[in-house]
Amino acid sequence: MNSSYTILIPLIPLAVFLLLGIFNQKIKPAVSGYIGVSGLLASAILSFYTAYQYFFVIDKVDGIYQTFVDKTVWMHFTETLHIDMGVLLDPISIMMLIVVSIVSLMAHIYSRGYMKGDEGYTKFFAFLSLFSFSMFGLVLSTNLFQIYIFWELVGVSSYLLIGYYYTKPSAVAAAKKAFIVTRFADLGFLVGILIIGYYTGTYDFEMLNNPEGNAILSWASTSFMGLSVLTWALILIFIGGAGKSAMFPLHIWLPDAMEGPTPVSALIHAATMVVAGVYLVARLFPMYYFVEDGFALNIVAFVGAFSSLFAAIIAITQTDIKRVLAFSTMSQLGYMMLALGVSGYEGHEGVGYMASMFHLFTHAMFKALLFLCAGSVIHAVHSNYLKDMGGLRKYMPITNITFLIAALAIAGVPPFAGFWSKDEILVAAYEHNKLIYLVGVFVAGLTAFYMFRIYFGIFWGKDTKYEHTPHESPISMTFPLMVLALMSIVGGFIPFSEFVTADKAGFEAHLNYPLAAIAVGVGLIGIVLAWIFYKKENNLAEKFANGFGVFYKWAYDKFYFDELYLFVTKKILFKRVSAPAAWFDRNVVDATMNLIGNSTVATSKKIKGLQSGKVQDYAFAFIAGVVIIAIVFIYLWTN
Amino acid sequence: MIEGISIYEILTLTSILFFIGVYGFITRKNLISMLISIELILNASVVNFVVINKYLYPDVLQGVFFSIFIIAVAAAETALAISIIINLYRQISSVEVKDTETMKY
Repeated sequence: MNSSYTILIPLIPLAVFLLLGIFNQKIKPAVSGYIGVSGLLASAILSFYTAYQYFFVIDKVDGIYQTFVDKTVWMHFTETLHIDMGVLLDPISIMMLIVVSIVSLMAHIYSRGYMKGDEGYTKFFAFLSLFSFSMFGLVLSTNLFQIYIFWELVGVSSYLLIGYYYTKPSAVAAAKKAFIVTRFADLGFLVGILIIGYYTGTYDFEMLNNPEGNAILSWASTSFMGLSVLTWALILIFIGGAGKSAMFPLHIWLPDAMEGPTPVSALIHAATMVVAGVYLVARLFPMYYFVEDGFALNIVAFVGAFSSLFAAIIAITQTDIKRVLAFSTMSQLGYMMLALGVSGYEGHEGVGYMASMFHLFTHAMFKALLFLCAGSVIHAVHSNYLKDMGGLRKYMPITNITFLIAALAIAGVPPFAGFWSKDEILVAAYEHNKLIYLVGVFVAGLTAFYMFRIYFGIFWGKDTKYEHTPHESPISMTFPLMVLALMSIVGGFIPFSEFVTADKAGFEAHLNYPLAAIAVGVGLIGIVLAWIFYKKENNLAEKFANGFGVFYKWAYDKFYFDELYLFVTKKILFKRVSAPAAWFDRNVVDATMNLIGNSTVATSKKIKGLQSGKVQDYAFAFIAGVVIIAIVFIYLWTN
Repeated sequence: MIEGISIYEILTLTSILFFIGVYGFITRKNLISMLISIELILNASVVNFVVINKYLYPDVLQGVFFSIFIIAVAAAETALAISIIINLYRQISSVEVKDTETMKY
């Protein structure tokens, strides 16, 4: 396959970024919007063309989808260990291309309406393009080091976009928090990469992921604290992935990241960047599965399951709709991790892997849709809080219907997209571990409940009096909603198991009716509960919440994890470690340098009188010197 | 070779001449006097050249050539110095060395 044109997919947004970034002040806002959208459109068309070529024209060879790699050596260390730059095409990278290009294109179009009249309009589009470039680069990476480079690039663009309203202190704090927390996690990733480079001698995904390859087969030859060194490396890499994907306990940055503009939340913090962690584990899946019989993979499964439950409980109590969606994202990401964790490798065993990718795909669609709908609502009522909303269905019909579709999709109601992917995840979990399965089912019910809680809260519930009558958003904002709603309806019918599987061979997936019925039933219970509590204004919900007493309060305060981190950093790290270090720096290191500098200055001041400017003084000094030297030499010669 | 006078006496004379020049250069207050002192130093060295040539290597003439060369250079150098001093005088209306101390720290 001639795949060299795929390099254009990331390069076009990069060119747009440079164009808009350099000529920031000279381009009219209206023009810059079109430039941003058309650049992304070109990338999206190329992505779809690539997918069509890959899946339908080239198709399988010997029943397996081939991997195409197009790369050049960038840094050469040894014959086997070198860092390449290039493009890798296989089912998951192409699936990610599709996800990123659709959601990014929709976010671009949406932003033309949402950001209208904003001062930094051109800058905003420049940053969005930078992000798209980094994300495309990330999914197309051929080796661990390349993925790490783009990994940091998406981190930077996320930082820039969260802090987009840089005059707001909370946005600045949120941007810093997101960057520092993910950067901290990336330290684990980097150490993992270095360990893998040292022990396997390669960074290349193809070499690492070959089940008969040296990298995987050699795992038993090393050990460190009872585990294979490679297992440790994989756990460290997962820490990096957990940071990006907001897994417990590195999740604290994601809710705060909602300070950014809503299209950014939809694109980066719901659909694309946060799934990078899932993608990373999926990318190294054969390693996770084969090394030490999947020890690291079990950790992935349990962290995923716990995060998904933890976040779903918090999501129920939040009153800011974007934060509800943020915790919902975290919960669904936990679902994907859980699915990867319970997956096998060959044939139907690999249903978890397939389900995870499937859920990644459908989740990107309906979660982006939910965020964009929330943005549309926020645009209309100028508030993020549920208490300021209610009865909006009369004013915003399109937003109402698309939000409902997305909520049904995430709640797992057939035939919407989320039902199909969630069902596959639950099947995989049921076959692997009953405890994880139960957590999954319970979270499915919670998801349905909190999603319909905000749905009824926004569009039904009390009839709020608005200062300005809310109105439906312009077509540039509702068009992406409708496209994504369409994807949320039909996305589930894509026969994903034919295309994206762990062994790349594909299998036929069947609905497991009893399990599907249980999941749908639990979802419906959640929806009905939300209906009873929130459809009409009443105090049932409050009574119910009071029934949980202190537990409700804990969940409302996010189980005090922010406070815990603050305590650890401020009271322990800053006070016990950083403050003495700063004292040492100021009073020993700096003081030594200052002493040297100051004494030089003082000495110079004392002796500067020697430079009197009198010619005769100089002459005298010169002659005196000559005479002294002469005397010394004569003395030496004569003895 | 001069009858009755040894090289040491002549070298003593030139050394005295040289140090008179140095003393004058350091102590005179007038730039012109300092210039004259420099001439004394030069003359001491010229006499040294001639004497050493005559007493130690009587069959060559390089020392004599050098003394003529030094006299020519000294003339040119004196002309240069005088012109600088005249310019200085136009600027500050003085040829006192204590008035030329502005180039210091």
